[in-house]
Amino acid sequence: MEGLISLAVKAIFVENLALSFFLGMCTFIAVSKKISTAIGLGISVMIVQAITVPANNLILTYLLKPGALEWAGFPDVDLTFLGLISYIGVIAALVQILEMILDKYFPPLYNALGIFLPLITVNCAILGGSLFMVERDYNFSEATTYGIASGFGWALAIATMAGVREKLKYSDIPDGLQGLGITFITAGLMAMAFMCFSGVKL
Amino acid sequence: MAFRNFFNSIEPHFEKGGKYEKYYPVYEMVESIFYTSSAVTKVAPHARSFVDMKRIMTYVVISTIPCVFWALYNTGLQTNMGLSNIASSDLEGWRIFILQAIGIGINPNNFFANIAHGFLYFMPIYLVTLLAGGLWEVLFATVRGHEVNEGFLVSSMLFALTLPASAPLWQVALGISFGVVIGKEVFGGTGKNFLNPALTGRAFLYFAYPANMSGDAIWTPVDGFSGATSLGISASEGFETLKNYGITWSDAFLGTIQGSLGETSTLACLIGLCFLLITKIANYRMIVGCLIGMIGFSSLLNFIGSDTNPMFSMPWYWHLVVGSYAFGLVFMVTEPVSASHTNLGRYIYGALIGFMVVMIRVLNPAFPEGMMLAILFGNIFAPLIDHFVVMANIKRRAKSSV
Repeated sequence: MEGLISLAVKAIFVENLALSFFLGMCTFIAVSKKISTAIGLGISVMIVQAITVPANNLILTYLLKPGALEWAGFPDVDLTFLGLISYIGVIAALVQILEMILDKYFPPLYNALGIFLPLITVNCAILGGSLFMVERDYNFSEATTYGIASGFGWALAIATMAGVREKLKYSDIPDGLQGLGITFITAGLMAMAFMCFSGVKL
Repeated sequence: MAFRNFFNSIEPHFEKGGKYEKYYPVYEMVESIFYTSSAVTKVAPHARSFVDMKRIMTYVVISTIPCVFWALYNTGLQTNMGLSNIASSDLEGWRIFILQAIGIGINPNNFFANIAHGFLYFMPIYLVTLLAGGLWEVLFATVRGHEVNEGFLVSSMLFALTLPASAPLWQVALGISFGVVIGKEVFGGTGKNFLNPALTGRAFLYFAYPANMSGDAIWTPVDGFSGATSLGISASEGFETLKNYGITWSDAFLGTIQGSLGETSTLACLIGLCFLLITKIANYRMIVGCLIGMIGFSSLLNFIGSDTNPMFSMPWYWHLVVGSYAFGLVFMVTEPVSASHTNLGRYIYGALIGFMVVMIRVLNPAFPEGMMLAILFGNIFAPLIDHFVVMANIKRRAKSSV
């Protein structure tokens, strides 16, 4: 249990997907104009991440790993080369379901997220989460924890970013930097503030 | 009045349509050093107050005077004590030359010798900060047509006070340039930034040149002298061993310890705090929040305890006096622009910083000191805290009005 808690803290703060690995930057920068939308997207990413990482973990353990197909009578088969395509397939299917649910039950959020909802499919933070899970050899409970925590960390980062950007509406930014330019600078400065966690050992 | 007449006579050249229209910000800057601005509000609401930006910023600069004074004394004291082990024939450098030429010498027991030696370290750093930062400030003001703001005086003073005495001057110039340009001017100048400009510059230097900004050898500018800060000692051996190094709680409170120029004395910072609170420049809510966060979390860690990490047992009254906690609390946490703007939000903002300081100092072995990063962390969360406080207010009032 203690190990899982420290894993969660690490995934949220120390190895924040957005501000320490700079994953999922396209949505991070595009959908961070309003706090409410940003929080909505953050929650969606968290849900997708919380389901896909453990789901991919099951696929890896019972289908792809060398020897994983022993239960089907193929002890020598190694299907890890199918990893990427199966992970992205799971993610795509899930995002499709999530999109339909949001469209039916939360139409305002569905409209606010627009094109970026289907784009969660190719959000590098989501695939990154699954690939980190493979690389770090998480078991099922670790993968679940990591999925929720890393999604939460990303949601926290985008909510903070949206807060700062709402404040920056009152700024007087030079013409050449308006829009994306200042957002990149802001993201960099935020990453510098998040450096206070680098080096925390849990 | 001849002086006023002089300004009146040259003013038309700088106004719209004049010969030097472009340089109006420079004229305005020089004029406002001597005279109060004659500009008045032209559209409603016509609030009457004597407190304008110029007065606020001047008050903050005044409140740093005890810290500056202590920076001069303590830097001189530490340097002179470090030099006392070196044979007088081996002493070199322009500072020693000046001090001996005017007959002050480098006796660490002589109050004025310490002040003079500290002055010769502080002044070059401060002058470079003013020059390099002021250049950017004036450049941006001229090109973008806004006024050169007194806020820069505060940023430059605070930035200089957070540096170690041995900081190379080109790094000082680089740091304040980053702070002024990226921390403030790209957002439109004073009042429009979301991070504290002085701390942005300081953090940039910290991460870009760690060898010159952290460690044991940099706090006293004497070759071959090694003296860890009290936080460094506490992190490696535990705060109980500080007395073996001759550091008692009252030493740390007064500030005769190793550290950056202006941060060592808690007493000097508290004098500044009193001034800021009496003049109502600083908001007490952030101070209270920050103290609660720090005391609460450090007491919790004392209670939990740890066998391997001696920092766990450091009580809150030590956290208060060592490192830059007091300096940051008084001058950085209370900075109104980058902090939360709602009253409840200010408590939360302060508490978050207080919590983060202890978190970084105790749980993060990479950084012995955490005030700088904790405040930057608080800065980026301040708008989000405000958002939730405002939302909660809207909800509450909507409920009661139905």
